[in-house]
Amino acid sequence: MEELLEILNELHPDVDFTTQKGLVDDRIIDSLDIISLISEIDDCFDVTIPAEEIIPENFNSAQALYALIRRLEED
Amino acid sequence: MKQKNVLEYLEATVLRLPDKVAFADDAGEMTFSQVYHDSRAIGSVLAEKDLCGEPIVVFMPKSPATIAAFFGCVYGGCYYVPIDPEMPRFRIELIFDNLRPKAIICDRSVASELESYQHSGELLFYDEIVKCEIDGERLDGIRERQIDTDPIYIVFTSGSTGVPKGVVACHRSVIDYIEQLSDVLGFSEQTVFANQSPLYFDACLKELYPTIKFGATTYLTPKQLFMFPIKLVEYLNLHKVNTVCWVVSALTMISAFNTFAKVKPEYLTTVAFGSEVFPIKQFRRWREALPDATFTNLYGPTETTGMCCYYRVDRDFAPDEVIPVGKPFHNREILLLTQDNRRAQPGETGEICVRGTALTLGYYHAFDRTSEVFVQNPLNDRYPELIYRTGDIGKWNERGELIFVSRKDHQIKHMGHRIELGEIEANVNRLSDVSMCCCLFNKEKDKIELFYVGEIGEADLMVALKDNLPRYMLPNRIKKLDRLPLTPNGKTDRMQLQKML
Repeated sequence: MEELLEILNELHPDVDFTTQKGLVDDRIIDSLDIISLISEIDDCFDVTIPAEEIIPENFNSAQALYALIRRLEED
Repeated sequence: MKQKNVLEYLEATVLRLPDKVAFADDAGEMTFSQVYHDSRAIGSVLAEKDLCGEPIVVFMPKSPATIAAFFGCVYGGCYYVPIDPEMPRFRIELIFDNLRPKAIICDRSVASELESYQHSGELLFYDEIVKCEIDGERLDGIRERQIDTDPIYIVFTSGSTGVPKGVVACHRSVIDYIEQLSDVLGFSEQTVFANQSPLYFDACLKELYPTIKFGATTYLTPKQLFMFPIKLVEYLNLHKVNTVCWVVSALTMISAFNTFAKVKPEYLTTVAFGSEVFPIKQFRRWREALPDATFTNLYGPTETTGMCCYYRVDRDFAPDEVIPVGKPFHNREILLLTQDNRRAQPGETGEICVRGTALTLGYYHAFDRTSEVFVQNPLNDRYPELIYRTGDIGKWNERGELIFVSRKDHQIKHMGHRIELGEIEANVNRLSDVSMCCCLFNKEKDKIELFYVGEIGEADLMVALKDNLPRYMLPNRIKKLDRLPLTPNGKTDRMQLQKML
């Protein structure tokens, strides 16, 4: 989780990702962020996020994104 | 008699297809007759207020009504200047400063935001002015006096001094562009577009004007969808979209995540892309997914009205090759000029310069900046003839196709946007707690990286920049240094910093 928060904070140092629950819905992150995130997650966790998982629910909070990474790591 | 006004497209189509949907988004749609009605009502109001020949700001979020407002400005003998509330505050302020508009067309959702800006323009609410009576006689009078070199819009592009430049385009150059583009891409009444570009860039000409010319339909794709590849493709299928003219990054967002294994764009037959290099690996995925579709690379600076060159992909490319820029549309010539103003030989690099009707009128309220790049054709010493110097370096390959090589200055292409690194630096330098900075582009990783010296922390700097720069211009990485490396003659040593990327 620490590593993920680091990646997120690098994108938006002014956002508190531990509390935000509506990153997509509240338009805090945009498509450029999602693309960067997916490639950083790939580099850092060696996890490829498939297209069907690139949906708002998985990107709305750091927790949701972390849960997705864990789920993909297990597969 | 040849066409001289872009509105003739709309007027011919509304007679044929009054009830067909012209423009639609998730919130609603407008038929050709609604677009025609609203734009003529708006034109009548502008004419009645004696605003003919004035720039009119259209300050509205992307919607079908915004497009009707554009045409309304042209009916009134004015030219439209799109400003979207999503643009950063500082940029909007600079634009107001440059324009000093006498009137602003807006909708209720942005009225309170507009109040916070310093301007002397009269606010005209869309929902009110479209209810005003249409004064056909007055509109006819305006049309009678209009000539085809009268301006129709201003769009703002990045400027290296930190002040954006307003590019002014006229009827003639837009008509010329739309005719050539439509021929090349084969638009027709059956064309269904999904628009991606914001309406405040000239990229949206590709959808707006062919739609009214042919009686086609344009869906304004919600921006949010460009984050979610499967939903985006489902949207294309839902609306039976057969044509997209998108930036490369919007297309690679779909192909990069193996979306095609789950869902394919079933109706798509025409794919045009541009504004940046298409990575061949991604391009191949598109071609495999849509073997029957045509793929066309487009190239052109805003200053020559939309796109200028095209290449219809007709062969396979190795992963280390670049897709050519190709050849100019009809009725414009590319001059590839060497530093000593000769025509470059095949294989030799030169600056891409454009000659022809496609040239826009220049930059608004900026005669000096205009004359730096709209210059006398150095190959012609007999009579005045302007060319536009793009600042792009290109070469002709052995097939006679134009290849983009690089930029002459510090302008870059990032996520499909044209960005002057100098503009980012100018904005960083304006902050009181920054003493020096240098912005570089990491081409390999497609990231903008900023180095600076100052009292301010990296996070605070980013926050401050968010107020001043559009999202796509924000540095992807910010690094604070104790001092910037300098060259022997005291300039920032960009080469040294380049090694630190």
